[in-house]
Amino acid sequence: MKTQAMIEEQEYMTINIIKKGMGELFTDPDPDHARRFFQKKTRKMVNKAMTLSEAIKTFVHDGDYLATGGFGGNRSPIAACHEILRQGRTKMGFCGHTTTHDFEILCAGEAFDRLDAGYIVGLEARGLSPCARKYMQSGRVRVTEWTNYSLSARIRAAAMGVPFVPARNLLGTDTFDTSASMIIECPYTGKKLSLHPALYPDVAIIHVHESDVYGNCRIRGILKSDNDLARAAKRTIITCERLISNEEIRRDPSETTIPYFLVDAVCEVPFGNYPGNMVYEYFSDEEHLREWLKVEEDPDLFREFLKKNIYDCKDHHEYINKNGGMEKMLRLRTIEHLLHKEANK
Amino acid sequence: MTTAYNPMELMICVAARELEDGATLAVGTGAPCAAAMLAQKLNSPNLSIMFEAGSISPQLPEMPISVGDSRAGHKAVMVSTMGAVMETCQRGYVDYTFLGGAQIDKYGNLNSTYVGGTHQKPKVRFPGSGGANDFGSFCWKMMVLTVQDARRFVEKCEFITTPGWLQGGNSRYEAGLPEGTGPYKVFTNMAIMDFEPESKRMRIISVNPGYSIKDVQDNCGFELLKAPKITETEPPTEMELRVLREEVDPHRYVIGR
Repeated sequence: MKTQAMIEEQEYMTINIIKKGMGELFTDPDPDHARRFFQKKTRKMVNKAMTLSEAIKTFVHDGDYLATGGFGGNRSPIAACHEILRQGRTKMGFCGHTTTHDFEILCAGEAFDRLDAGYIVGLEARGLSPCARKYMQSGRVRVTEWTNYSLSARIRAAAMGVPFVPARNLLGTDTFDTSASMIIECPYTGKKLSLHPALYPDVAIIHVHESDVYGNCRIRGILKSDNDLARAAKRTIITCERLISNEEIRRDPSETTIPYFLVDAVCEVPFGNYPGNMVYEYFSDEEHLREWLKVEEDPDLFREFLKKNIYDCKDHHEYINKNGGMEKMLRLRTIEHLLHKEANK
Repeated sequence: MTTAYNPMELMICVAARELEDGATLAVGTGAPCAAAMLAQKLNSPNLSIMFEAGSISPQLPEMPISVGDSRAGHKAVMVSTMGAVMETCQRGYVDYTFLGGAQIDKYGNLNSTYVGGTHQKPKVRFPGSGGANDFGSFCWKMMVLTVQDARRFVEKCEFITTPGWLQGGNSRYEAGLPEGTGPYKVFTNMAIMDFEPESKRMRIISVNPGYSIKDVQDNCGFELLKAPKITETEPPTEMELRVLREEVDPHRYVIGR
């Protein structure tokens, strides 16, 4: 521990950069650039309700850097990922922060060509996606490695409005070498720290339980980094299971996770996370997720599958109707609440 | 009397015994989660499980498919953020983590990023770190649960995703990783290994029933050290197997592999 006197004794203070990762930094970590952007955004509490198709058309552009909320298949904006494919977005950047089924869909449409990788390609206990793997092995995606916590920290830095936050992961590994982190010597303790540059996505899409038309949102269950993500993103699209009144938001403001001024569009998309798991609403459709993984093994079948389930669908409801409709949704609701385990069910 | 069991069941039962009551554990899905659930139902009812998606001390009703799903958050004391859970590890509150990977080397370093080709154009791409580098950096004791074969146990990982003892000796702490953390034990279908305190090289401490020291070495791509006294691992008890099969994994998601 250095005392203040010791610090003052040194005539010129520099922070020693020990090592730099070789990975590419895809986004600008400058907080003043971000502040200028945020300064121009409206703070008016106006009605932002629109269709998902309109929101993607207006706020998601070719080349944009995108981050999705939720945890892979859980409370993820699956309907929005389908709409991005339908609208044919390309050359995007993507934040692979525990991305599973959302990643699989965006790979199927080859929507991005540069990637920050935390967790990609896999669907946790379900196995790896052949389609995502093939795309990542094609050499057509520029990839920088991170970890799940690193991406949380980078989004946190942006949400804080500072250019980086330090942490103690990455040290000594090839994950560091292929990241865009730097290792510095801590000016207080002399310890080695990995720096996490602020990540301000051009656009974030977050699926929530409830929102009012202004974008005041309620999220139940785990947040991952979605509270920070809405604060870090230049534009935020909310898809929600249901719209609620502003009166209801104001009845219990402690329930609000995201306040309206961070939000650009609000789209009501019931079952918008299907076939993923929306906590307290419906469980994942494991049968259908297995079908995805199976059909990906055959490129011709997969092309047909995507045509049927995404490109030929008008919207998410058509996709759901093709895969069991309301009857399926009610079954997934029963499973979510473990009612199928109760007697006589 | 001996009870029949498969290699996965053996690994899970043996690993579960390491988790003492009142400990904290950061864990993913699959076999490690089964070990945690088994420990919670047998020897360690107050084992606190933490999932990186944000759930703290859940009481798992069945095996989660995702660490962010409804089961992973079932009857938790809190559902928080990834930052909150990872920083709990970084602050020194988390005793254990269980990890795996496509490759593990003699210092317990893990590769879950890619094998073959180059980083930008890999022959086989895996998920990457996920939370593994974070847990492996921050948690006090890192444990590995994996099937033993010479392709997985390699002299040197092609890519170090998650730090073990790095290049051995004091290299882990010289790299700046938190003092006192590091790989602790490796559980395979054939043996239990730890790490020799000076060199930090992997060594056999116990051989599982039905296997010899030679079997273990033959299925390892590097030379294993041998502890001064190598014991024989206690086989799974009937009680352990019953709870594992009936309560932890009745659909045989993990133990059926």
